Amino acid sequence: MARATSPRRKTLTTIAAWSVALIIFFPVLWMILTSFKTEASAVASPPELLGADWTLENYADVWSRSDYPRFFWNSVVISLGSTLLGLAIAIPAAWAMAFVPGRRTKDLLMWMLSTKMMPAVAVMIPLYLLFLQLGLIDTRIGLVLALMLMNLPIIVWMLYTYFKEIPGEILEAARMDGAGLIKEILYVLTPIALPGIASTLLLNVILAWNEAFWTIVLTTTKAAPLSAFIASFSAPQGLFYAKLSAASTMAIAPILILGWFSQKQLVRGLTFGAVK
Amino acid sequence: MGKITLKHVNKSFGEVAVIPDINLTIEDGEFVVFVGPSGCGKSTLLRLIAGLEDVTAGQIDIDGLDATYLPPAKRGLAMVFQSYALYPHMTVRKNIAFPLKMAGLSEEEQEKKVQNAARILNLTNYLDRRPGQLSGGQRQRVAIGRAIVREPAAFLFDEPLSNLDAALRVSMRQEITELHQTLKTTMIYVTHDQVEAMTMADKIVVLNAGNIEQVGSPLELYHRPANLFVAGFIGSPKMNLVQGAVAAAQGADTIGVRPEHLDIVESGSWHGVVGLTEHLGSDTFLKVVLDTGDTITVRADGEVGLRHGDRISLAPRPDRIHRFGADGKALA
Repeated sequence: MARATSPRRKTLTTIAAWSVALIIFFPVLWMILTSFKTEASAVASPPELLGADWTLENYADVWSRSDYPRFFWNSVVISLGSTLLGLAIAIPAAWAMAFVPGRRTKDLLMWMLSTKMMPAVAVMIPLYLLFLQLGLIDTRIGLVLALMLMNLPIIVWMLYTYFKEIPGEILEAARMDGAGLIKEILYVLTPIALPGIASTLLLNVILAWNEAFWTIVLTTTKAAPLSAFIASFSAPQGLFYAKLSAASTMAIAPILILGWFSQKQLVRGLTFGAVK
Repeated sequence: MGKITLKHVNKSFGEVAVIPDINLTIEDGEFVVFVGPSGCGKSTLLRLIAGLEDVTAGQIDIDGLDATYLPPAKRGLAMVFQSYALYPHMTVRKNIAFPLKMAGLSEEEQEKKVQNAARILNLTNYLDRRPGQLSGGQRQRVAIGRAIVREPAAFLFDEPLSNLDAALRVSMRQEITELHQTLKTTMIYVTHDQVEAMTMADKIVVLNAGNIEQVGSPLELYHRPANLFVAGFIGSPKMNLVQGAVAAAQGADTIGVRPEHLDIVESGSWHGVVGLTEHLGSDTFLKVVLDTGDTITVRADGEVGLRHGDRISLAPRPDRIHRFGADGKALA
């Protein structure tokens, strides 16, 4: 329902919203600024802003000292692979929970979500040993599997929420029209739930891209994604803030750009069903 | 062909028996209406026939073959839903063609059948639109089109007109009846509206609490209701049901007289005072509070001069009095 707002109220709301957004964005902004400073300027106290020495040297250094394209490609494969595999498993699962719920469906959903509350470090040793035995350490397929399993509860939950909004009669109509289960999901459910599926995909690509614990624990060199690339710049000789910032900026830039272009889709998907 | 036979069909949801035990035969080409109040199990019965719900026990035969455990797609039936259940992401053309696509027909055959259905249902100009761009009546036509193209053994309609406004409901009602006359395919139609049941059906099945109260043609049910439930449910306005001395005088526990079978006379056997009057132009419905305390409805001429508070005398037509025993069943 539309609500009348006075110009003064509107200005105040705008200022408040911008303030919150800037507070949230400030660390990222500071990181980006630091990446263009010299090492000396980066650690200066009090922090320098206008009088800092600006340089592109950090980026050139980071680029020459590491194989950025390989890390980037690993990130793409791992985040997209884990998300797509997760969707392939979660779509039928969420279909079953939304349209043919059993007596324990709600409990099952809660149990799935509860696994996200477990500290990752608690399963680090068993998972590491399991991966070691299966020969999955430092492989892209290993990380795809690990991240898919980590994010599966979220994917199932999101899809379940979207599917619940779709009238069951449409799927029954498809069944009456001669569609079997696979055709029903492929031709009717998936296209109708596409906005929801798209935002689930985007959110999970972002989560997988930003994942730093398992990617660092389970990789060494070959399958290491950009999160491990950042970690490799915290050298034992000490922290080089400017270079670390440059590496971090290079690591987050692709996902930041993806997020920027898809924000409408993300917001639409995340508020799906909230208003009718 | 489209003969459907239900043999001792029952359906329970957990402990609740929604349909305790139903036996029914629907002949090929018949227009059968399931009618009853909300929650009487009529939609559940339709969904059991469609295969969208599993029966708890009993058997459903379609054209002599046991279809009890066949999936919906294999039963050769088409269904039109109350909410239309159109595929929102497809155009009208693709919606209508969907069952044909599922059946593996070539694109040419699909197009031919879609065009034919669109012509019958006046949808030719809307084939490239999406359901969201259509009015309620047009959407319902698309849903019917999607059912027609399959050339099913029987059509199942689940309260298809309840989302439409009153005027559109009347015209769609006629369209569906005409469609039945053209296609001559079995149709099973679920409604809670007894006017729809009376005007459309060859055979009405009156349901109450999951049981069949009576099966018969509209006029059979109207003239010879088997029990008090059917008597009270069929007919608009409702049949007047009176108990006490008046009924006892007729040798019954309850007697029923329809509003149109009460004559306003100089000196009749029933006396009362006019309460509310409803002038419909052609008819006037009078609520009359009898001296016995019962309130009854009387259908009078549209230009009757009676007003609130007038005292009148009524005579029920003797051959139109329905007598019911203490168990609610009609007495011979």
